[in-house]
Amino acid sequence: MDTKYIIGIIVVLIVIVGAYLVLGGGGDGQEKITIVGSTSVQPAAEALATEYMKKNPDVKITVQGGGSSVGIKSVQDGTADIGTTSKNLKDEESKGLTQWELGKDGIAIVVNKENKVSGLTLEQIKGIFSGEITNWNEVGGSDGEINVIVREEGSGTRDAILEMVLGSKDAKFVKEAIVQSSTEAVQQAVAQDPNAIGFISYAAVKDSKALKVDNVAPTVETILDGTYKIQRPFIFLVKGEPTGAVKAFIDWANGPEGQEILKSEKVVPTGKKVS
Amino acid sequence: MSKWDEEYFIEKGLLLTAISSIIIIALIIIFIFREGIPALQSAGVFNFLFGMDWAPTDGKYGIFPMIIGSLGITALSLLMAVPLGVLCAIFLAEIAPANMRKILNPTIQTLSGIPSVVYGFFGLVLLVPFMRTQFGGTGFSMFTASVILTVMILPIIVSVSEDALRSIPQEYKEASLALGATHWQTIKNVIFPAAIPGIITSIILGMGRAIGETLAIIMVAGNVVQIPNSIFDPVRALTSNIAIEMGYATGVHYNALFATGIILVFMIIVLLVIANYFHYKKKVTIGGGYL
Repeated sequence: MDTKYIIGIIVVLIVIVGAYLVLGGGGDGQEKITIVGSTSVQPAAEALATEYMKKNPDVKITVQGGGSSVGIKSVQDGTADIGTTSKNLKDEESKGLTQWELGKDGIAIVVNKENKVSGLTLEQIKGIFSGEITNWNEVGGSDGEINVIVREEGSGTRDAILEMVLGSKDAKFVKEAIVQSSTEAVQQAVAQDPNAIGFISYAAVKDSKALKVDNVAPTVETILDGTYKIQRPFIFLVKGEPTGAVKAFIDWANGPEGQEILKSEKVVPTGKKVS
Repeated sequence: MSKWDEEYFIEKGLLLTAISSIIIIALIIIFIFREGIPALQSAGVFNFLFGMDWAPTDGKYGIFPMIIGSLGITALSLLMAVPLGVLCAIFLAEIAPANMRKILNPTIQTLSGIPSVVYGFFGLVLLVPFMRTQFGGTGFSMFTASVILTVMILPIIVSVSEDALRSIPQEYKEASLALGATHWQTIKNVIFPAAIPGIITSIILGMGRAIGETLAIIMVAGNVVQIPNSIFDPVRALTSNIAIEMGYATGVHYNALFATGIILVFMIIVLLVIANYFHYKKKVTIGGGYL
């Protein structure tokens, strides 16, 4: 008797799922947009996609990560409709692509909330991340060895810090630096260690303290006017000129509604066509 | 359908299901080899295996520190988990009253059901700060990772060892007690030696889990590519290396991560062969079979 009930329940479930797939998912008139690229842009892109799909139920947008280089590659070879990247493109990369800068994202240098240090110069930050400065008392803090936390090889945020703080993409972080593989992992690592320092997207700062850089705190205003130095663009890429649903979505994202959503994601909206 | 046909189809059908696992594993191995070989060719097998630097942006692919990291974490966690798990299994199989077993067994089983990301987060938020205040450094270390792993592999070792201890024929125990041996002497000299092959199996399974664990390790081991000077230094495991960098890797870097996978597979095969050797060496023969 028991097995009969179980089989019955399974059959009913299969029928329900099948019906859902056939009736619900199979809308033929639906337009699909695939967005692939930077994991830093991903949360903002997802927020845009969710809101846009609410307003336009006949458009289906999927957002995937992979990294800035994956974003550029996928849009070049056509596997993605929109590629996202969090770094300015080199000339050979941007060939045949149309770019929109949706907004700017500041990268915050974060320390534990108990840390007495509230600001550093760009030079000091460089010293810390390259291993020349190893104790907090060298930069005005209390005695304690600095524990540097960085992102993994290939991360857009890591590349951005290497370029903007350490001077070039080929620069090296201090060898003993702890590697964490996500923004949140860096934040948690900093939140539990009074002597730690790390870097995360300004949008994500929550359990840690963002330092002033050259006496400028990261805020929407300082990022927008460029006085906060460590910042990068959030860029949408399309191959050639966009048409149809893709064009509509990009126009909407760069318009007032999309920019408002970006603001709520703590991205500083700029919304302009770059090239 | 004749009787013969039915037999034939059932036999072949069962054969098919039996070899399907072999086919799957063969496909996986072929795939990782196809993806990994280019990196081994461009870096050189020797340089890849024994190279000390892992810097994909400079084209340096040396995984030796990570091999040490993986082996170190696994060895340390087995060192803690095996005595703890086997003694716990002896208690559960021989000493614990039925009521207590009813509480303990499900509790231990629950441990194995907790997803590894939860262990990792627990480690990151609670264990890492504890290690930092107790032992200094950053708190991210080989030791922290192996403590987390110990908790993760404990349920496997306990439950498989317990089954092994329970499957010893009752006659063994009765004979020993009848000869005047105490309960502890019986456990030590009769039941435990007879159960050793099963206990080794439990250790093999625990080791497999330990060496393959990725997520929890990423969160607490620190992931620094270096040969640790002490067990309180951060390390990176082979599995972590693949998981951390796969998302962004392209070209040779991507192939190098698959090559890391090849090495990992080989390491597991070697460890399994060694463990199986001990398993058969320690078997207890009774009549035509062994326990």
